[in-house]
Amino acid sequence: MRVTMRVDGDEVAADIDRPGESLLSTLRDRLGRTGTKNACEQGECGSCTVLLDGAPVCACLVATAQCQGREVRTVASVPTVLRDAFVACGAVQCGFCTPGLLVSAADLLGREPDPGEEAIREAIAGNLCRCTGYEKVVEAVRAAAEATADGVPRVPARSHLHHNQWINVVTIPQGGTGNGEDTP
Amino acid sequence: MTDTAGGVGHSPIRPDARSKTDGTFDYASDLRLPGMLWGHTLRSPHPSAAVRSIDTTAALAMPGVAAVLTAADVPGANAYGLITADQPVLAADRVRYQGEPVALIAADTLDLARLAAEAVAVDYETLEPVTDPEAAVAAGEYFRYQPVRLGDPDAQAAAVVIAREYAVGMQDQAPLGPEAGLAEPAPDGGIRLHVATQWLHSDLEQLAPCLDLPPERIHLEMSGIGGAFGAREDLSVQAHMAMLALHCGRPVKMMYDRAESFLGHVHRHPARMRYEHGADEHGRLVYVKARIVLDGGAYASTTDAVVGNAASLAVGPYEVEHVSVDAWGARTNNPPCGAMRGFGGVQTCFAYESQMDALADALGLHPLELRRRNAVAQGSKLITGQTVDARDPRRDRPGGAPFSPLADLLDRLDALPAPAPAPTARPGGSGDTTRGEGVRRGTGYGVGLKNVCYSEGFDDHSTASVELRLEDGERVARVHTAAAEVGQGHWTLQAQIVRTELDVDRVELAPNDTRIGSAGSSSASRQSYMTGGAVRAAAVAVRALAAGRDLADGPVEATRVFRHRATKPMDPVTGQGDSHVQLALCVHRATVDVDVELGLVKVVELACVQDVGKAMNPLALEGQIHGGTAQGLGLALMEALLTDGGRVQNASFTDYLIPTALDMPPMRIELVENADPDAPYGLRGAGEPPTLSSTPAIVAAVRDATGLPLTRVPIRPEHLTTGRLP
Amino acid sequence: MTPPAGFDFHRPADLAEALRLLAADPEAVPIAGGTDLMVALNYRRARPRALLDLTGVADLREWTDEGAAVRIGAGVTYARVAAELGGVLPGLAAAARTVGSPQIRNRATLAGNLATASPAGDGHPPLLATGATVTAASAAGERLMPIGDFFTGPKRSALRPGELITAVTVPKAAGPQQFLKVGTRNAMVIAVCSFALALDTGRRVLGTGIGSAGPVPLRAGEAEAVDLPWEAPDRFGEGLAVEFGRLVAAAARPIDDVRATADYRRHALAVCAARALRRAWAEAHPEGSVRCG
Ligand SMILES: Cc1cc2nc3c(=O)[nH]c(=O)nc-3n(C[C@H](O)[C@H](O)[C@H](O)COP(=O)(O)OP(=O)(O)OC[C@H]3O[C@@H](n4cnc5c(N)ncnc54)[C@H](O)[C@@H]3O)c2cc1C
Ligand code: FES
Ligand code: FES
Repeated sequence: MRVTMRVDGDEVAADIDRPGESLLSTLRDRLGRTGTKNACEQGECGSCTVLLDGAPVCACLVATAQCQGREVRTVASVPTVLRDAFVACGAVQCGFCTPGLLVSAADLLGREPDPGEEAIREAIAGNLCRCTGYEKVVEAVRAAAEATADGVPRVPARSHLHHNQWINVVTIPQGGTGNGEDTP
Repeated sequence: MTDTAGGVGHSPIRPDARSKTDGTFDYASDLRLPGMLWGHTLRSPHPSAAVRSIDTTAALAMPGVAAVLTAADVPGANAYGLITADQPVLAADRVRYQGEPVALIAADTLDLARLAAEAVAVDYETLEPVTDPEAAVAAGEYFRYQPVRLGDPDAQAAAVVIAREYAVGMQDQAPLGPEAGLAEPAPDGGIRLHVATQWLHSDLEQLAPCLDLPPERIHLEMSGIGGAFGAREDLSVQAHMAMLALHCGRPVKMMYDRAESFLGHVHRHPARMRYEHGADEHGRLVYVKARIVLDGGAYASTTDAVVGNAASLAVGPYEVEHVSVDAWGARTNNPPCGAMRGFGGVQTCFAYESQMDALADALGLHPLELRRRNAVAQGSKLITGQTVDARDPRRDRPGGAPFSPLADLLDRLDALPAPAPAPTARPGGSGDTTRGEGVRRGTGYGVGLKNVCYSEGFDDHSTASVELRLEDGERVARVHTAAAEVGQGHWTLQAQIVRTELDVDRVELAPNDTRIGSAGSSSASRQSYMTGGAVRAAAVAVRALAAGRDLADGPVEATRVFRHRATKPMDPVTGQGDSHVQLALCVHRATVDVDVELGLVKVVELACVQDVGKAMNPLALEGQIHGGTAQGLGLALMEALLTDGGRVQNASFTDYLIPTALDMPPMRIELVENADPDAPYGLRGAGEPPTLSSTPAIVAAVRDATGLPLTRVPIRPEHLTTGRLP
Repeated sequence: MTPPAGFDFHRPADLAEALRLLAADPEAVPIAGGTDLMVALNYRRARPRALLDLTGVADLREWTDEGAAVRIGAGVTYARVAAELGGVLPGLAAAARTVGSPQIRNRATLAGNLATASPAGDGHPPLLATGATVTAASAAGERLMPIGDFFTGPKRSALRPGELITAVTVPKAAGPQQFLKVGTRNAMVIAVCSFALALDTGRRVLGTGIGSAGPVPLRAGEAEAVDLPWEAPDRFGEGLAVEFGRLVAAAARPIDDVRATADYRRHALAVCAARALRRAWAEAHPEGSVRCG
């Protein structure tokens, strides 16, 4: 059975071989669009989040055949400023959750350009991240929200540069040898 | 050493950041090749059974199925393992845990391979599984027993004695990227594997005998890794997809779904621990006795080393002269356990920190004060007899006492401002279970001590090659190692080191593979120290070679193997010995709001001070602390694989819960640079310590709010409400 | 299980067509948001030969104001219930806000929740508490079922083969409503237990619904009959709230499972029910000196 839809602006067609094939497996295994990740196929992790006609959904829970004639947007359609914010804020570690988080965050910023911390946490509560503890993700969404008109995210001043109250790096002065060139 | 932009101490942009944010970064599960087949593993549904027969006829007859392989098809030795080769590639006549691989299928699609697996008929004779680790130990079924003996604990008199039993559940690493890989048969009869692993060379060593191939005919290449945390230490898809690819003469891809992933990798050892602490009336520890039983499950994996850590770190960073520790790693028919972030340090840390809190409570001392009074200092000895080396002549304690890195961290933690009294979110979240009803706030502290790098005499080393060349007049460096970038930012760090040592701007990273020597595993918080050390040594060598040479004449290259100073095994009878290279300390303060009537917890804030030796990349370090702390929060409040008769009850993200953005609170972090003169740049391994200390801190805070003893993690709501009237 | 030889994916545009297709192809499994069904398909717990997609059925997509009640079309998602019906159906909207994650709520439908008939379905307790009515239709016609008759066992309902749920009709709130859901995580969690309460201050009636604490979602009949001091609202005391909680807990029939013990569920229900009643009473009588807490 052939299904046609728009994915990130491209008109695409996929031949599926069972009625319940998920949009996630069609994107990844048939269309080679692997930017959308598979970490559970249970709707629990949000790694597969895409916008279906503008609303964030888990691609693993949408039957491809339900997408006939519909519009799908993946990480590839996420605004650059948000990506830049994730990068600059350190919101990316292994990055497996990142495509899904970016789509959820982009949707939030589209609806609510100046979200507070709680709104951000609510919006990404369906996106599990095992690496970052979410703090830098929240920071990144804020940084994107506060971006300058020309699209530069406003990254919070880091203490190792500015000693703000949140993160301090304290160097204990060493007597004697220290950490010089002659260490192994 | 120069302060180069993007060098050591800076937080340059990750080299993998772009591709990870536009979807083009290739994780193992994203790989594919033309003509490729999909592999799938058939696993035992029984925790213990004899395999009478396997009938593959029906599966093989399905159109699109290319192969069904069983134990008889394993080309070489049917056994592998990280330390001991005791685990079959495919079960031959016996299965010892639920999820043990029994047969392999290759088919045109993954869906078809899975369907074919259902058509394989295995005749099992189920056997009674051994599921109680205590009973296993009593029957002599254990992988390792490690005692520690110091002084004479039985002969001591103490003003206060606290004796309690603790239990830690089976935590799963739950990396988001599932186990996956792609195997390509090579024209020379060998095999090329694209895998997401923590240690390429260990995979190679284990694979060669199983595949009956000389190591040089097996080529491993790292593919993108979606988190690891210990779950990628042991082999998963490697041998299986290699067998299928060699058999079919076609590329084979494998990828687990989440349910299979929960069964397809080892977990954190669940533990039962009995601790007795005796202290004098000032709160100074007089003696500690501990009995620690870790459940290793069905196969050895890294249980040996985990038991060593549990035993040697059993008391934590505290001075005590009389100690008796007995630690076992039991062999049962429960899921195999092995490496997970914190590696044997997590379980005992929960117990000894709980004991320290109980002592403080009994003596009416502040928990931080009790810890300060017992904190190890420069020159004090760990329970293994190893001397604590934390020189800092300018920062001695009042009264001329030697510098205590722990007391220093505790003072700093204490000085961090407390969170605002008004909560931003309530326990129970959107469930609206409380609007303040029944909510009490609590504060707690936790201290963690973790060894960095491999211990107990292991030949720990890493290899790096650095090349410097001229390209269009610009000096460009290239680094090659086999070290796994699991997300921690190790690629960034390598580039930083090269920039600093060679004063270059452009650093290229060659793909991580087995064409270069081993880097060891991205585990034990060791990669910055070890591969960082190797990259630095190679870069320093290149600098020397390049001096006085014109790069226009050709590139300069150097390869170096880096070793840390040797360690010693623990004495099998006394546990004594300088078994560790480096120790890292982290301290946490947790603030929680507990709905004491419903037993629901909201962590309001976590504050953390960690000694990182040298903040090589502050941004990445913060990320390690956030993530490690979150995993500790998970263990404290929600994460446990539950087994019943050896069967896992919750192998899904529906019922194995990991923290969401609404569970993790904002953090306050202070990084302390108390340099280790023996380590590259003075750095201290940093990935694991926060996972140790956050769990006991959160539990202590919940205790503070509820007044309950709480001796088990994860805490379940019913632990907080049992015996309470509605 | 063998792969389907041929397969069908029906995309009816209106209800009549959907019912015709279902009658012609009784094996076809309805799919709405897919948030229950697709998990089962992804994990090969079911392998239907045909699916009947309800997302394109125009007649199911909207909710309508029927005066005293709101008729929620089977295709209305939880995201819309939460965003659009908070004013008239506060209990159901509160439940909707706790369902899964934003991604799940954007797809999951109230009707899908009902058809799955999990005892843990969050939509069920508020429907029980308010006395909602389920409308089912087949090629043979339409029938109405009081919500209390709908659930027949764990994941079993009174829905017959060939029938679709077309709408759920929920009486508008006639007083304060509460929904409390207990879970071991602060977001995205299946209920350990849940409790819904609807106070009808005009008719002086109390409605209840219990989730995840029995083979089916339950009402607490005896608790609904507690003697509330309607004439002297400030005589509402702690003892009454506690007694109400006790009766709700007594009505539950929970089991031990991986999520919690039966004892805990009973305990938590007692706490939640008492809180719900205190809150509702205080909201209904803002002037009175009601002790609350
Ligand atoms: C990650 C995750 C979290 C979840 N969290 C929650 C939660 O917190 N609370 C909760 O209650 N549920 C939760 N669920 C379950 C699920 O989202 C709900 O049950 C949802 O309401 C199902 O609706 P749906 O439209 O997606 O149903 P579908 O999956 O499309 O269908 C479910 C079943 O109903 C049938 N069906 C659907 N529509 C009709 C109809 N109109 N007539 C007849 N039969 C029909 C289908 O054939 C199928 O058997 C969660 C699910 C996931 C994956
Ligand atoms: S893969 Fe879809 S939610 Fe996890
Ligand atoms: S960065 Fe690894 S899961 Fe989020």
